[in-house]
Amino acid sequence: MIRTHVLVCGGTGCTSSGSVKIHDALVEEIAKKGLEEEVKVVGTGCFGLCALGPVVIVYPEGTFYSCVTAEDVPEIVEEHFLKGRPVQRLVYHETKAADGATTSLSETSFYKKQKRIALRNCGVINPENIDEYIAMDGYQALGKVLTEMTPDDVIQTILDSGLRGRGGGGFPTGLKWKFASGNRGNVQKYVACNADEGDPGAFMDRSILEGDPHAVLEAMAIAGYAIGADRGFIYVRAEYPIAINRLEVAIKQAREYGLLGNDIFGTGFNFDIELRFGAGAFVCGEETALMTSIEGNRGEPRPRPPFPAVKGLFGQPTVLNNVETYANSPQIILKGADWFTSMGTEKSKGTKVFALGGKITNTGLVEVPMGTTLREVIEEIGGGIPNGKQFKAAQTGGPSGGCIPASLIDTPIDYDNLLAIGSMMGSGGLIVMDEDTCMVDLARFFLDFTVDESCGKCTPCRIGTRRLLEILDKIIAGNGEMEDLDRLEELSNYIKSASLCGLGQTAPNPVLSTLRYFRDEYIAHIVDKKCPAGVCKSLLQYTIDPDKCKGCTLCARKCPVNAISGTVKQPHVIDTAKCIKCGACMDSCKFKAIYKA
Amino acid sequence: METISVKINGVSYDVPKGSTVLEAARAAKIDIPTLCYLKDINEIGACRLCLVEVSEGGRPFRLVTACVYPCTDGMEVLTSTPRINKSRKTNLELLLSNHDRKCLSCVRSTTCELQKLCLEYGVDETRFSGEKNHYEIDTASPIIRDNNKCILCRRCVAACHNVQEIGVIGANNRGFDTYIGSAFEAKLGETSCVNCGQCIVACPVGALYERDDTDKIREALADPSKHVFICTAPSVRTQIGECFGYEPGTDCEGKMVAALKRLGFDGVYDMNLTADLTIMEEATEFLGRVKNGGVLPMITSCSPGWIKYCEHYYPEFTENLSTCKSPQQMFGAVVKTYYAEKMGWDPKDVFFVSAIPCTAKKFEVGRPGQSAAGVPDVDVAVTTRELGRMISTAGIDFRALDDECFDNPFDIGSGAGAIFGATGGVMEAALRTAAEVIEGKPLEKLEFDDVRGVEGVKLASYKLGDINLNVAVASGTANAKKVLEAVKAGELDVQFIEIMACPGGCVNGGGQPIQPASVRMATDLRKVRAAVLYNDDKTSEVRKSHENLAVQKLYDEYFGEPNSHKAHEVLHTHYIKRGL
Amino acid sequence: MKSLAELAAIRERMQNKVIIREGANATRVVVGMATCGIAAGARPVLNAFVEGVAASELAEKVTVTQTGCIGICQYEPVVEVYEDGKEKVTYVKLTAEKAAEIIEKHLKGGKVVEEYTIGAYRK
Repeated sequence: MIRTHVLVCGGTGCTSSGSVKIHDALVEEIAKKGLEEEVKVVGTGCFGLCALGPVVIVYPEGTFYSCVTAEDVPEIVEEHFLKGRPVQRLVYHETKAADGATTSLSETSFYKKQKRIALRNCGVINPENIDEYIAMDGYQALGKVLTEMTPDDVIQTILDSGLRGRGGGGFPTGLKWKFASGNRGNVQKYVACNADEGDPGAFMDRSILEGDPHAVLEAMAIAGYAIGADRGFIYVRAEYPIAINRLEVAIKQAREYGLLGNDIFGTGFNFDIELRFGAGAFVCGEETALMTSIEGNRGEPRPRPPFPAVKGLFGQPTVLNNVETYANSPQIILKGADWFTSMGTEKSKGTKVFALGGKITNTGLVEVPMGTTLREVIEEIGGGIPNGKQFKAAQTGGPSGGCIPASLIDTPIDYDNLLAIGSMMGSGGLIVMDEDTCMVDLARFFLDFTVDESCGKCTPCRIGTRRLLEILDKIIAGNGEMEDLDRLEELSNYIKSASLCGLGQTAPNPVLSTLRYFRDEYIAHIVDKKCPAGVCKSLLQYTIDPDKCKGCTLCARKCPVNAISGTVKQPHVIDTAKCIKCGACMDSCKFKAIYKA
Repeated sequence: METISVKINGVSYDVPKGSTVLEAARAAKIDIPTLCYLKDINEIGACRLCLVEVSEGGRPFRLVTACVYPCTDGMEVLTSTPRINKSRKTNLELLLSNHDRKCLSCVRSTTCELQKLCLEYGVDETRFSGEKNHYEIDTASPIIRDNNKCILCRRCVAACHNVQEIGVIGANNRGFDTYIGSAFEAKLGETSCVNCGQCIVACPVGALYERDDTDKIREALADPSKHVFICTAPSVRTQIGECFGYEPGTDCEGKMVAALKRLGFDGVYDMNLTADLTIMEEATEFLGRVKNGGVLPMITSCSPGWIKYCEHYYPEFTENLSTCKSPQQMFGAVVKTYYAEKMGWDPKDVFFVSAIPCTAKKFEVGRPGQSAAGVPDVDVAVTTRELGRMISTAGIDFRALDDECFDNPFDIGSGAGAIFGATGGVMEAALRTAAEVIEGKPLEKLEFDDVRGVEGVKLASYKLGDINLNVAVASGTANAKKVLEAVKAGELDVQFIEIMACPGGCVNGGGQPIQPASVRMATDLRKVRAAVLYNDDKTSEVRKSHENLAVQKLYDEYFGEPNSHKAHEVLHTHYIKRGL
Repeated sequence: MKSLAELAAIRERMQNKVIIREGANATRVVVGMATCGIAAGARPVLNAFVEGVAASELAEKVTVTQTGCIGICQYEPVVEVYEDGKEKVTYVKLTAEKAAEIIEKHLKGGKVVEEYTIGAYRK
């Protein structure tokens, strides 16, 4: 009789830090102790707290082990599974009560304010076992729509729920379905899933596919029923091998159970899903480019209208939603639109998953109700900024979004609020910056990404973003002029208004938002030729304070380009012409005699 | 037709439902500038130059691309506002910032669509100068690509992919580094490109042009030891005027001949004559195949673009190709054999120039099996465009010239030869001769209307004597593909097929004068130019190839009869199964 | 799958198996499983609780878990029952049979089996 479930995270983050080895070691060690009949090891999807990976959770106690290694396994099995004493040194400190007992994970500050809908099964079920998904009410929603609801009922429920596209655009999902719903049964239609997650630092879609693939399959079948489509495509990045594998397993199991295929639940409804792999072009996350790519052509966007609901894949009406959007919909069907609208803000209902990254303690995946403030996400859930640094800004929406300064940290996060302050929801990347971040350099970083990822089809994006980048380079190199700020703004606004697709239309956002909130930093670069954050190398100078220097020669020995000279026990000097500003000298100085300015 | 009401710049117009903003505006006589747009060929909204402000349902005005944005009832459109003008200016500045601005010597200077817009919008040096891409110019084939001039409008790609369904060019790399090229960085000459040149005539700027061979002609003309002749293809007379400001569809045969004589050619000849000669050989070959159980359907071989297409994509059909050389090659062969012998010249001293609306002919002159006299039948093939430039460079005032006639002894061409330049023309010419040969009596009606017109594929059935004849006519390689696939699948039972590589035939060849997208939107060049040829035919004294006295004389004096041994040596060729 | 009933059957069958992952329930049965406990026979006791709870309607309310040495080694096997809002009950010197009785009377019936508690034993 199984008394204990050991959940080992099999998300990409934990997998890359060795969770497969841990899983195998657990199975082996448990067998060695003869506990196979009592303790079961379950591979799951992502738990969210990736910063602490590899993560192992032991139920029913809910013991949360973080940063586990394979070497820890014998101790865990011996002490915890056999003797019932959790290995305290591995227990996540937040789950340790004062008396040494384990407190519930859901009470930790990381999880307390979260509301898991899209991620509800991630880290809970074995994604490669359809039975576990079914145990968690899986495929109930599909059963319900096929037996109790008309296609129009389904669309109405999604409309009523206020669900909006989680891929970034925020278009009402129900409306999308409605537009594609005409002429059911007479026209070949398609349901497509955008799993081409490309924002740097965003991995919510990957985690859902890895942790709960059936939720997406079920939702696509529901969408198929709603619009009258019998074929679905999931366009997933080839760089997501684990997600692809889980999807393949899930599709196979669903087919075996007849939950995909012909005559599902004996209702005469047919639906099947195929995978298509994206080769990693960011622009293929744009819906028309994605469809062009599925069709076998170079992934480039095309003008809209016609919209996919009218003329999508292979010229046929198509509903295309993002992974997270789909992951929400079976729950909405089961629990009702009212349940969903009870969460969130007036125009943004439900929850949103964010990938926390950058200068934040708890990097990882969080799902919070819309309307949660940035402060709650960063300070409470995210555990604040490490190393005692100050919060400076957060970037949402990845390279398409904008930065949000500290003064706006109490903004409740929803689609419209983010747009109003010059950023956007995007797919949910949330990158936190501290005082050491140069905002000009940040804008340059994101722009460099979009310049790289521009498909090259339309003029404003192809050439315009490149010219923007060149202006930023010029400023960062200390060659900027004040007129450059006007050119940045003019060109940015032109690119936004004139580009063919969302990539170009949003590419200047990082520039515009940093100009809006951190114009003084630009001016410091241009007028004072200084980088206030001390990041832009061309504007930095390392100097040795002769009063503090003891002449220990360590810095001179560390310098990779022999730019430091001086005799023993005499103050040393840096030759600024030779200096490459690597900072090795400053790091090595024991007397804090080297400073940069 | 259902119409909707659209307000453009404050004035209401009724436009057909389904019109784009661009179409509605042009119908209202308002020009909206475009670069990437090419009617029916490239409608991708990529260049973003045609942005206009649009308001629907009372919502605020926003920028949309006129070329692809559909009109809706009650829509308000503004086509020229400060916002729009600023946007277009910025767009042009950006394009110029990555454009090789060697406009002074550019082959497209004055016909460049980008140059014209920069003039209109007062854009020259860019405020956004920055790094430029540098590309090696691809000169490996008669079609030269200079990507330093390319603005990535993709019109050439659309012509190659969508019109011709060949697709040997496409976008490589991405973002700022995007360029148009072939797969695996191959040069065009290393691919299965058929040299049709439809990409060149689609190009709005100077990124694509044909190899200029005019200097070779000038040198030959300056060499006193050379006998230099030129013959002009049927279509050239319908196009050459466009190089000098005439409307498309103006017949300039007389001025063209006068201009060529002033360039110093020893003889200016009419290729209609060897079109007739082709018919004599081809019709005979066809009747022979029918009688002797030869390979059918027989397919015409006048279009070298089509020949290379067949060799690459349908090598299994090379046996079906007529072995007749094209009229251009026949002409050179006749001049260097029959005429050189008659005049007592060494063929090496004869320099034969062909003027054609075709870029594939530049490839054809170097093919094997095209050297009847031991030297290439044709020394240089020049396009209508090159010819126009030569005339201009020589300082000849084309428009002021009086009409002159082709030179003896190659001055007679029948109406049947003239219509070779339009799709269906070769078929019609062949049918006229075949019908009279078979039936032994004059035709009552010379027009075979079913094979006329610009449709891509035309099918017709005729009864000639006791032969039931099914024919097919295709123009454009995409249509050739359709016909050949149908034949392969056994769905199409035809005995004779005419195929031209270019849509509409030679009148729309890759060597024609380039008309901007705005003209191509309003005028079907294929139709207006073909009309010149059909008019020539109608007004010709001789309208059947076998009645061409000059041709008869060739047989009497030299070849004996069609498909004779001598004719085979001089006038026929062979093909290569190239595959892909 | 041709009917909802089939789906429901799988769901029923699986639910008890994954419910453990919902985390600790309102009622927790904690079995001391240190060396002392195991030596005294805590394993069959633990198994009896696990099986008894899983096989009944208690599965959704009761969590059976283990702990280390509680510090009263002489009374092992020791089991503590925590219920929301009530005082902890400590059973001592248990056997599998006694465990079954506790499941029936205490966990299902809500009545503490006084005779097995540490209080009764000390008396």
